[in-house]
Amino acid sequence: MPDGNPRSRRDFLKVAGVVAGCGALARVTIRPAAATPAMLADAIRGVVGEAPVSKGKVTIEIPPIVENGNSVPCAVSVDSPMTATDYVKAIHVFNEKNPQPYVISIGLGPRAGRASFSTRIRLADSQTVTAIAELSDGTFWSDGVDVIVTLAACIEETTH
Amino acid sequence: MRAFNAALLFLPLISTFVAAQAADIPMNERKSGSAFIGPDTKAMQDDDTINPGMLAVLDGEALWTEKAGAAAKSCADCHGDAKATMRGVAARYPAFVQALGRPVDLEQWINMSRTEDQKAEPLPFESKELLALAAYIARQSHGMPIAVAADAQTKPFIDAGRDIFERRAGQLNLACALCHDDNWGKRLAGNLVPQAHPTGYPIYRLEWQELGSLQRRLRSCMSAMRAEPYDFGALELVDLELYLMWRARGMPLEAPAVRP
Amino acid sequence: MARALIHVPPTAKRGEVIEIKTLISHVMETGYRIGVTGAPIPRDIIDQFVCTYNGEEVFRARLFPAIAANPFISFFTVATDSGTLAFSWTDQHGKTQVETAQITVE
Repeated sequence: MPDGNPRSRRDFLKVAGVVAGCGALARVTIRPAAATPAMLADAIRGVVGEAPVSKGKVTIEIPPIVENGNSVPCAVSVDSPMTATDYVKAIHVFNEKNPQPYVISIGLGPRAGRASFSTRIRLADSQTVTAIAELSDGTFWSDGVDVIVTLAACIEETTH
Repeated sequence: MRAFNAALLFLPLISTFVAAQAADIPMNERKSGSAFIGPDTKAMQDDDTINPGMLAVLDGEALWTEKAGAAAKSCADCHGDAKATMRGVAARYPAFVQALGRPVDLEQWINMSRTEDQKAEPLPFESKELLALAAYIARQSHGMPIAVAADAQTKPFIDAGRDIFERRAGQLNLACALCHDDNWGKRLAGNLVPQAHPTGYPIYRLEWQELGSLQRRLRSCMSAMRAEPYDFGALELVDLELYLMWRARGMPLEAPAVRP
Repeated sequence: MARALIHVPPTAKRGEVIEIKTLISHVMETGYRIGVTGAPIPRDIIDQFVCTYNGEEVFRARLFPAIAANPFISFFTVATDSGTLAFSWTDQHGKTQVETAQITVE
């Protein structure tokens, strides 16, 4: 995982870049089978720094029980008027037990109209999914949802 | 072929167990696999703008007009607009081919056209191109009832397929019918056991993270049963496909379906 | 070129908030799967998605291996003027694919 904690929120994307780049280096090291709580905490700190994160305004919509962890519908919306002076700047989604803690990071602005997006994610195991929104006033808000991931009855071997 | 020979060895043993107490599912109790998936998976299937299988349908649409082979012909050159000419086609495959004296499935028929008419190389099983064409053609039968009938020519092959469906095989001594005729609706690990009607093929299977054929699904299930799976293109698989489509006759086609 | 499926309403009223859906064909190989040789299959993902509206950025996403294969992203934007929405996906190797859609705003 990245060496040295990022000093500021702006470093998050740089850190994320290093994490992705580390994929090339990490292949020769022992990779943890799953993320540790410390990795998740580091990842969140990379976004918020030392600022407080309040629960609220953010809603994660994700099925409580998932048929297949390869593709889990995940929508996040943030309660915000999305005006030029009061809008959501970014939404970051994290997971708890995948090999690495990042899921997706969204950049928004007043032109979005609505602070909401939807995607499909991978979840390696039953775990908590966390979303943190950064508002234009510099505050951070979050939501967390527990998801149960069931395994398929018949698993095929990788053929490629 | 190896699996077939191995099964013969066990024939004396198998015949002492009655070939799966399977009673056919009554016609009006038949349900598509869509009835056994979660609401989010169903929503993914029903919305063309978010169904990942539609990417393959678009690929197939592009391939349909692409010239191929020594004859430098595209599918469209002979078959015109697929929306018209392919309407209902996938719903009646596997179909009996007089020249071969046996049924072939849609993928085999596509390859026969490629080799005989386009003078091109056949597309490999499970290749992106073959699946895309199959998905595009199957899409033209979307919503139409499966129209595979038993007649004097197809009946022996339907019976051969039924035989495979009901015969116990593999280290776990399971038969398809045991789960899919006798125990559908119950749970196996995290999933509900469906009735195994091939109404949605080629399917986008979340487990595969890609589109795949019925033959791939059958082989995957046979491996899971700890039975030696038939090779892609094996006559046994086509017979089994034919039986399954006949068993699902009248049910609407819904390709490309999404499954867990 | 990977196959992309984009849904943008062809027309909208000025100021209306519209939903845009995007789907692109990509394996999003995580780098954690073990291949038949026993070695991990190398990571190969799209890691950036940007939408511009008449040249101005209106949405951006940084993707990680936790995004499912054939990435689907839907989001919202305010219909301001008629013109072109451009969608670009960039993979970890820096290769970019751009698709566009037109919108008429009354």
